Amino acid sequence: MAQATATIPHIEQPRPQQAGGAGHGAGHDAGGHPPTSTGLDHRKLLMWAFLASDCMFFGSLIATYMIYRGRSEDLGTGPFPAEVIDIPYTSLSAFVLLMSSMTMVLALGALQRGNVRGTRVWLAATALLGSIFLGGQYFEFTEFFHEGLSLQTNVFGASFFTLTSFHGAHVTIGVIWLLSLLFVSLRGGLKQEDSLDVEIAGLYWHFVDIVWIVIFTLVYLIPYDEVEHAAEPAVEGMLRFAALLPF
Amino acid sequence: MAHRAADADSHSPDVGSQGPGTKPGSDHHVDGHEGHPDDRTYITVAAILAVVTAIEVAIYYVEAIEDFLVPILIVLSVGKFVAVVGYFMHLKFDDRRFTWIFVAGLLISISVFIGAAAMFGADDYSLR
Repeated sequence: MAQATATIPHIEQPRPQQAGGAGHGAGHDAGGHPPTSTGLDHRKLLMWAFLASDCMFFGSLIATYMIYRGRSEDLGTGPFPAEVIDIPYTSLSAFVLLMSSMTMVLALGALQRGNVRGTRVWLAATALLGSIFLGGQYFEFTEFFHEGLSLQTNVFGASFFTLTSFHGAHVTIGVIWLLSLLFVSLRGGLKQEDSLDVEIAGLYWHFVDIVWIVIFTLVYLIPYDEVEHAAEPAVEGMLRFAALLPF
Repeated sequence: MAHRAADADSHSPDVGSQGPGTKPGSDHHVDGHEGHPDDRTYITVAAILAVVTAIEVAIYYVEAIEDFLVPILIVLSVGKFVAVVGYFMHLKFDDRRFTWIFVAGLLISISVFIGAAAMFGADDYSLR
């Protein structure tokens, strides 16, 4: 028994942080988090792994949209992309989301310097900009509905709404996350040593931004050529691929 | 700036957790967080991103470069992507293992995109 109790303090001896990148290890050891075998904070590692998987998720959605956005014209079922997409309006949304990334990183910087009040201001600004983006997306969707485009109208509508709605859902989760951090901060629960909490929320928020950078270019800016699109339908493409298989 | 750095160091909770690449006392050594840049750098990057976005929208309406529009847009978009990931998400300054994890997911994603385009002929539709 005496031997068992003697080993416990040995096990709980803090190990020196090896890697950079964690960048927060010692601070969080002080906050009660044990050191990790990699030297990286597990929460941050988990967030990066999640973002990598989310890359694949959005990559699949964007690929699907790029393939299907022109099929509607083959079938003659409008509205078509060129008829409904409003570039200047979406550019404003893209600008708002870019600026929210800046306010997010300023919130993190403020907390890392111990400026809790500044953190609250920048977190509120980020949540506000995110909400403006969501409001803009709601307005855009409403306009599209008025133009006769819905999830069921054609394959362009189905793939467009699926892609942008999932992105909007991500933004919504991000805004809720930011407001939660703001609430915790206002109750005095977000201090300088908790900066990793804000950094992880920031990673998620910036990811939402980079996904929109890709969507803005591929979905909105790259023009849809209405003349040269006479290609085979998806089924024919699948059959061509199947014909190449050796069995 | 000097005041900010001094203030950061005096409050930093983890000044002992610097990685091998960190240069204590350097301009980029802010908050003891692996050389994260300061607010001025973030604002500069955000301004550049805003300008690049404006350029993207502007060239969309320029008919003279219509043939080169898609590659130009993709290059500008990739530049914005790298800037946000590198500076705002701190991959440029953090441990390389975070970069590898993210790049792995990104490469798989790009592979899916290329595979789907090759199978279903996306080039016939969008990449004129």
